[in-house]
Amino acid sequence: MNWTWMHKFASPPHAYRLAGRLAPWFGWPAFLLIITGLYGGLVLAPADYQQGDAFRILYVHAPSAWMSMFIYATLAVAAAIGLIWRIKLAHAVAAASAPVGAWFTFLALATGSIWGKPMWGTWWVWDARLTSELILLFLYAGLIALRASIEDRERADRAAAVLAIVGIVNLPIIHYSVYWWNTLHQGATITKLGKPSITGDMLWPLLVMMVGFNLYYGAVLMTRLRAEILRRERDASWLRTELVS
Amino acid sequence: MSNTPAADAVWLMYRRDLVLAFRHWDQVAQPVVFFAMVTTLFPLSLSPELGELRQLAGGVLWVAALLAALLGLEFLFRADHADGSLEQMLLSGQPLALLAIAKGAAHWTVCGLPLVLVSPLLAIGLGVPTDALCAVVLSLALGTGILSALGAIGAALTLGLRRGSMLLSLLVLPLAMPALIFGARAIDMAIHGDVTRGPLLLLGAMLVLALTLAPLAVAAALRISAE
Repeated sequence: MNWTWMHKFASPPHAYRLAGRLAPWFGWPAFLLIITGLYGGLVLAPADYQQGDAFRILYVHAPSAWMSMFIYATLAVAAAIGLIWRIKLAHAVAAASAPVGAWFTFLALATGSIWGKPMWGTWWVWDARLTSELILLFLYAGLIALRASIEDRERADRAAAVLAIVGIVNLPIIHYSVYWWNTLHQGATITKLGKPSITGDMLWPLLVMMVGFNLYYGAVLMTRLRAEILRRERDASWLRTELVS
Repeated sequence: MSNTPAADAVWLMYRRDLVLAFRHWDQVAQPVVFFAMVTTLFPLSLSPELGELRQLAGGVLWVAALLAALLGLEFLFRADHADGSLEQMLLSGQPLALLAIAKGAAHWTVCGLPLVLVSPLLAIGLGVPTDALCAVVLSLALGTGILSALGAIGAALTLGLRRGSMLLSLLVLPLAMPALIFGARAIDMAIHGDVTRGPLLLLGAMLVLALTLAPLAVAAALRISAE
């Protein structure tokens, strides 16, 4: 098989230009989909028969929680590619993704907590999903902190990659441990409505929001990747000609 | 390239680390004293009632052991990194993952095992009935093993960094949470007279998984840090 396309794809100048061209193609659909999803979720969808209008925070909460895990998986795959094939661009993708993922995790926790206030009567419940999101936030914090405390960029990249791979191996263990822990301690007192069979009116805005959030991540990743390439290649000659022209 | 068989190299490394560690008795004793002190904080801050403490004993023992085990991790590779022995290990031609197992095992013997040995005394202090002491020892024995394995990854990654110890805790604690859940649970179940087989078997499974995969991660991290 011919791998030259991969090397071309991974070269910083090409990636810099490609990311610049792709960013609006992710950004505008993301904008339109999120607007549509918000309108569908906040206005068109019927109020829940139990939760009233409070359930509508679902349209931000669930996509954020999904993104927090999706980004960690993306980051770990990128880190593994960078570690195995020594592709610097993959490390740049991982570095650019970590803060975005951490913010989505934070958003999922914050919206979950706000949702919890009317539903459970408290701001925080040691619910299995919230707790595993919290641990995921710690994992992101560790990744960002490790990268920030190593000055040599190549060492930072590879150390963060090892940590990301260790994290992704541990993530399922953490997830299921927290589930078992929760059921052991509390029984099924709080089911958070479990997975309610959701009607079509409520479902489509959620799906639209999820796709929208994914595209938003794409747009932000492209922009952050460009910034990351600028930072890493600041002494490269191609960059000078690129910026002058 | 050396002609020493890998098994001999592992044994030599293990013995060397033990000899070096026991030259400083005070450092071996420190985690145990720390463990006892942190455990003492809970009766002082919560309640002197043994009945109440008993409800919390599993969690208290585990959190205290976790923190005590973290303390020693920072020194796992530091001296070898500082005096160049680590480079010799990398160049020795011996499988680095096996040497990492030897160092991890030595660290557990010096840092984890003493915690396990004093845990029954502290457990009695927290009102744990004598029937449950076996579960305390078993869960901490398996748990400190998991901590040594996971902690070695963190220690290798943060090798030679300034303020590495804080970072080390930040990296290792989230990974150790599953072990904490089942370890504390096993003690709790034993205190209430339940069968502790389930959580202990899960802890054992985690230990096997950690012992299988962690040395590879430690070896990779050591190569990165020693460059």
